[in-house]
Amino acid sequence: MRMTLTEKLLARASGRASVRPGEIVMVEPDVVLSHDNSAAIWEIFQQLPQAAVKRPDRLAITLDHAVPPPTAKHARNHAQIRQFVQAQGISNFFEVGRGICHQVVCEEGIVGPGLTLLGADSHSPHCGWLGAFGAGIGRSEVAALWATGELWLRVPETMRITLGGKLERGVATKDLSIHLIGQLSSDGATYMAVEFTGDGVGSLSPDARTVLTNMMAEMGAKNACMAPDAITWRWLESTLSRTRPQDADERLALFRESALYGDADAACALERQVELGAIEPMVSCPHAVDNVQPLSSVEHTRVDVGFIGTCTNGRLEDLASAAEILRGKRLRRRLLVIPASSMVLRDATEAGYVTTLLEAGATIGTPGCGPCMGNHMGVLAPGEVCVSSANRNFRGRMGERDAEIYLANPAVVAASCVAGYLAHPAEVQGGDSP
Amino acid sequence: MTRTSHRVWKYGDNVNTDVIFPGKYTYTVSRDPAELARHALEDLDPSFAANVRRGDVIVAGRNWGNGSSREQAVTCLLAAGVQAVIAASFARIYFRNAINSGLLVIECPAIVAAVSTGDELVIDMAATQIHFDGRSYDFPPLPQQVRDILDAGGIIPWLRANTPRDKQ
Ligand code: SF4
Repeated sequence: MRMTLTEKLLARASGRASVRPGEIVMVEPDVVLSHDNSAAIWEIFQQLPQAAVKRPDRLAITLDHAVPPPTAKHARNHAQIRQFVQAQGISNFFEVGRGICHQVVCEEGIVGPGLTLLGADSHSPHCGWLGAFGAGIGRSEVAALWATGELWLRVPETMRITLGGKLERGVATKDLSIHLIGQLSSDGATYMAVEFTGDGVGSLSPDARTVLTNMMAEMGAKNACMAPDAITWRWLESTLSRTRPQDADERLALFRESALYGDADAACALERQVELGAIEPMVSCPHAVDNVQPLSSVEHTRVDVGFIGTCTNGRLEDLASAAEILRGKRLRRRLLVIPASSMVLRDATEAGYVTTLLEAGATIGTPGCGPCMGNHMGVLAPGEVCVSSANRNFRGRMGERDAEIYLANPAVVAASCVAGYLAHPAEVQGGDSP
Repeated sequence: MTRTSHRVWKYGDNVNTDVIFPGKYTYTVSRDPAELARHALEDLDPSFAANVRRGDVIVAGRNWGNGSSREQAVTCLLAAGVQAVIAASFARIYFRNAINSGLLVIECPAIVAAVSTGDELVIDMAATQIHFDGRSYDFPPLPQQVRDILDAGGIIPWLRANTPRDKQ
């Protein structure tokens, strides 16, 4: 039977030869992900008959959502999680400052080609850029997974998006994601798998790819993925040799064995073709991700503050594109930059990006989610307008219901903080304004 | 008795979890039902928490509950006494969270345009129908596996009833 990548991943995770869309299958995920919500999950877990986590080796816990803890209540929450981690012998635990869970499980080689991850976080499709299956689930389900190691899932229909060509300079996969969500709407892929394929994928860097699978959560997708290729393997080799030198080779061998590739002629529920060269900078306007406009039609909208970071756009390439714009410039507006992980922060420091950003007047925050969900560290005041590289601009998302959030690519965020209004990078770089 | 009568709170399309239960409370508000209920729909309809009555239902458009995976977006409604959410469609994680927390979710696009806030409708679970203003609206039954979890009151009570005890 011809199967899509997602179908093959779920067949592997459920120990079957094949699965079909619509079937309900029992899967045993390789990774069960949670973060600051782990203490709440532990509370639910304690209502279950099981005293111990069934597969502690499969859990991954990262403190990232409110780090360093902004209040004593948050600190107590973290302390409870450390207690749980100790008591249950969870070795894949990452402390405050290591980074955002979705970034960390990729960098640490916890998830990889062919594996399945279920996470208590809606951006769990993120890891699909490595050729893995990732889907978000709720806290009670994670508690159930801790106890039993398995969970029911419905096999999704697949939407295949074939990419051709190459993005223009100054255009990013963030723009492609916003374009797709604008076209298909925020429920365009509800209950579906989104798979990216075509020559265009080969033109995209690892950092650029993660944005696509991450943002498909905003189109309602259950998971999003693409097959691993030479670029994926190169990234895994160089990253794992840094994060786990003791067993990088073994881990890579395991990924080579577990890697799966969809059948090109497998049946899909929906097919889309996108010519990358036709994409222009795009913006999600308040208060919905699918309230989409080309940047050119909202340029000159007033901006009070910018935010570059999050699991969507807080990686090295994102900081590099901001630094390129800010080199030798002064910010006219506040700009908060929060690297997605300590590895990103370290690489950005070594590359000189951090110095460039600081010289321009930007603020650098602790790796983690920052103000993305309105917890702390850069939340908005009533009436403020923020241009953000994050993935959500819902009312109240950054802490205040009467603030406005525009989502854009990191270069546009940086340029807008120089200009004081939504601006195309070419405008502040002194190039021709489109 | 499978026919039950409910007062309606009516909302539009794409109501997301941030306005159902704001993210800023997710690590500080406890599981105390009264506290959860106080923040229900805080950024969507400030009059809701003060006026909702036990047994009320929400009727909404497409894609109810899109956004974050936070379960409080379900449990705050349960705490507020909401009996069911009826929507044209649901975001995937919200739908799962509802079932797994024991909140009845009904996909019934046809009823949405017909009702307004304050109307009374009748849900007939046995017949999988909603009755309103002399008309009946069918909704699809849930798969049995999923129905079992909902009937048990969620995945935790279901697991408690269906796993042998190894805890002293
Ligand atoms: S950065 Fe934002 S979207 Fe990503 S995991 Fe953190 S809170 Fe969620």
